[in-house]
Amino acid sequence: MNAPRKDKDDEALLDVCHLPTFAFGQRSPMWWGTMGLVAIESTVFALSIMSYFYLRSHADTWPMARFPPDLIWGTLNTAVILLSMIPNHFAKRAAEKLDLKQVRLWMVVCMLSSIAFLAVRVLEFGALNVHWDSNAYGSAVWMLMGLHTTHLITDAYDSLVLTVLMFTGPLEGKRFVDVSENAGYWYFVVLSWIPIYAVIYWGARI
Amino acid sequence: MSMAKSPAPPRLAPQDAAQLHQTWSDPPGLVGWFSAINHKTISMRFMVTTFVFFVMGGLLALAIRTQLAQPDGKTVGPDMYNQLFTMHGSTMMFLFAVPVMQAVATYLVPLMIGARSVAFPRMNAFAYWIFTLGGIMLFIAFLVGSGPDAGWFAYVPLSLLQFSPGKRVDIWAQMITFTEMAGLMEAIVLITTILKMRAPGMTLNRMPLFVWTILATSFMVLFSMPAVMLASTALITDRLVGTQFYNPLKGGDALLWQHLFWFFGHPEVYMIFIPPLGFISTIIATFSRRPVVGYPAMVLAVIATAFLAFGLWVHHMFATNLPELGKTFFTAASLMIAIPTAIQIFCWIATLWTGRLDLRTPLLFVLAFFVILVIGGLTGLMLASVSLDTQLHDSFFVVAHLHYVLMGGAVFPLFGAFYYWFPKFTGRMLGETLGKWNFWLFFIGFNLTFFPMHVLGLQGMPRRVYTYPSEMGWGSLNFLATIGAFMMALSVLLFIVNVVHSRRRGAVAGDDPWGAGTLEWSVASPPPPANFEMVPVVHARDPLWSAQKLPSHVSGLANDYREILVTSVADADLDHRLWLPASSIWPFLTALATTVLFIGSVFTPWAVVWAMVPVAIGATFWFWPKKDIVEQRTGSERSPLEVES
Repeated sequence: MNAPRKDKDDEALLDVCHLPTFAFGQRSPMWWGTMGLVAIESTVFALSIMSYFYLRSHADTWPMARFPPDLIWGTLNTAVILLSMIPNHFAKRAAEKLDLKQVRLWMVVCMLSSIAFLAVRVLEFGALNVHWDSNAYGSAVWMLMGLHTTHLITDAYDSLVLTVLMFTGPLEGKRFVDVSENAGYWYFVVLSWIPIYAVIYWGARI
Repeated sequence: MSMAKSPAPPRLAPQDAAQLHQTWSDPPGLVGWFSAINHKTISMRFMVTTFVFFVMGGLLALAIRTQLAQPDGKTVGPDMYNQLFTMHGSTMMFLFAVPVMQAVATYLVPLMIGARSVAFPRMNAFAYWIFTLGGIMLFIAFLVGSGPDAGWFAYVPLSLLQFSPGKRVDIWAQMITFTEMAGLMEAIVLITTILKMRAPGMTLNRMPLFVWTILATSFMVLFSMPAVMLASTALITDRLVGTQFYNPLKGGDALLWQHLFWFFGHPEVYMIFIPPLGFISTIIATFSRRPVVGYPAMVLAVIATAFLAFGLWVHHMFATNLPELGKTFFTAASLMIAIPTAIQIFCWIATLWTGRLDLRTPLLFVLAFFVILVIGGLTGLMLASVSLDTQLHDSFFVVAHLHYVLMGGAVFPLFGAFYYWFPKFTGRMLGETLGKWNFWLFFIGFNLTFFPMHVLGLQGMPRRVYTYPSEMGWGSLNFLATIGAFMMALSVLLFIVNVVHSRRRGAVAGDDPWGAGTLEWSVASPPPPANFEMVPVVHARDPLWSAQKLPSHVSGLANDYREILVTSVADADLDHRLWLPASSIWPFLTALATTVLFIGSVFTPWAVVWAMVPVAIGATFWFWPKKDIVEQRTGSERSPLEVES
């Protein structure tokens, strides 16, 4: 590094050489960027759920279908996604300890759980018992499912690229921050599923 | 007040300064042009692009005014007229008013807070390209006869397939997707920049008022723009794949559109109006030669406005069958927002009153703001009353009101801001004589155009009619309005002449032509690629108006790659150093791929699937680090764990 010319008066300068070159959590701009995305997407989810109930409040019968969505796959998937928080937690913790081996291991496990979840998601779509174009109820359900699935796919792809990078390099410290934030975002994808699950599967029952 | 300069500030050694300059410069050549990510380069393009859209929107308005100049006008037919006002409104709201504020902010915020860049510079470039490509799409559609024609808020059921066949409304809906995506990304860029990249010592309590307004606006963007994206996505799926959100025959609801649209649309007015409050505070302080009175009150008023703006959306829907009690609540909220606005106006008046005024063009535009916004605010109070609103709804009175608020609240201060910061952008002053002509023609032309519309509205002239019979007696006031519109056009033309001329031949500005107090005036005009040769340390609200304390600058940041300083959110204490990415063409290429996806989806839903592939490829190359630069940087890496231990 090129140190600046020493001024006669050293007190004029605030030296920052000693500072770390990356940091985790809310110290990192990456965390703020991720939180910005979370805020935007939470708003989208919240407004979609409000639209669902707005339409429901104007309807004589709900659901506008013979059967509500089958519980089996959606509930199974809720269990799968809650379990995925475990490898996610370990991946995040390993990243914050800069432990590359553990990061690699847990990111691969995270990838596997994403694949499992996406596979069951396909079965979920088949068991909704309504089409998106049948009526407004169907549209609202498919919109919620579609939005959440888009998040799953993009985050799964994100994680895949990051996992490959952690194996091939080129690596530097701030990639551990990326792993940590990627895991943080996955928490959001998981936790946002819980209200969406409740609305899709129980909003049509209760 | 600009006397308080301590001796000579510390400088880098010449070879280090040259290297710093090189490091932060964008690459040369055509590929380099598309790879640029420096926040000033992108912001200049962004400002020029939004201004081009402003001019286009203005030309559309001239066509409208020409048609309405006389009864039974024959300039354009009804179909063209529908496209004209829809394009005019959509262009001004989505391609000019909100994005221009973000464009100006991405230039000024880093300079005002002592940062070398915005956070996420590549995303900033991507957002610019997405925005520009979306705007180009809209105008190409218009030129080939497929301009949207259902009004700028595209109410259902008019905008549904049954009443609007063809691709026009789909183009409108995708334009929303482009512009709101760009707007949301810019909001994230700005929030992160403001909260994490302020120079050490610039606590929140010392942050310039303009930066506060941008922070508040960006948070509003995060929570309001998703509503219009969701609404327009549901609209386009209703049109293209048969969803039934807005179809009452299948359990849908037309008012759902209005709720979602105005949940965005009302805060949007404040997203347009709040950044200009920052321009005004800055300009008033400089031209009164004293800090703005009541800094904490000003900050709180901005934040209060941002919150209250979310409680107003139903006042656009007073003419619908909502419960009366609900409407009462929204009337109260609409009246309440006058309080923080009044606080700010009183603080400004106090500042002007106790200052020594310097009546140059920027201040003239700001003073005009007071007159025009107050009139617009008063008609707003009238429209906040349900009974009166029901009478005036959809009449020219509303057209007059919204132009007084938006032009008074945004366009006048924006012109003022442009005169004020042009010397920083280019190193030259804008001509004062042409500036005065620009101002007076615009001010008189504006009032001539829009004041008669109040009367026309009260007389019952509805908005969005392509002509009117002479028996209605609206001819002379309309003719007056058209004369005013051409005066405004002449004024904007003079502004363009002024800019083109002054850019090359204007008086040389120097670093600080106005004797201002904020940090952007401490660097050269135009600023060098890295903004600050040495990052400043801040000890006061108006650093250039206060005696310099020690330490005055930061040392120890790298010059041979793009290293920035990250500080803590509230107090801007030192936190860590961070490496920003180098210039890259991938944000541009990814934006192109995204454009293919968005436009393709208008014609086939499968485009969302197959066009994901090039988008994903582009985004991956964008992210993938380069080996040589990583190796160069890891040499000086310090992990947070070793620092803590």
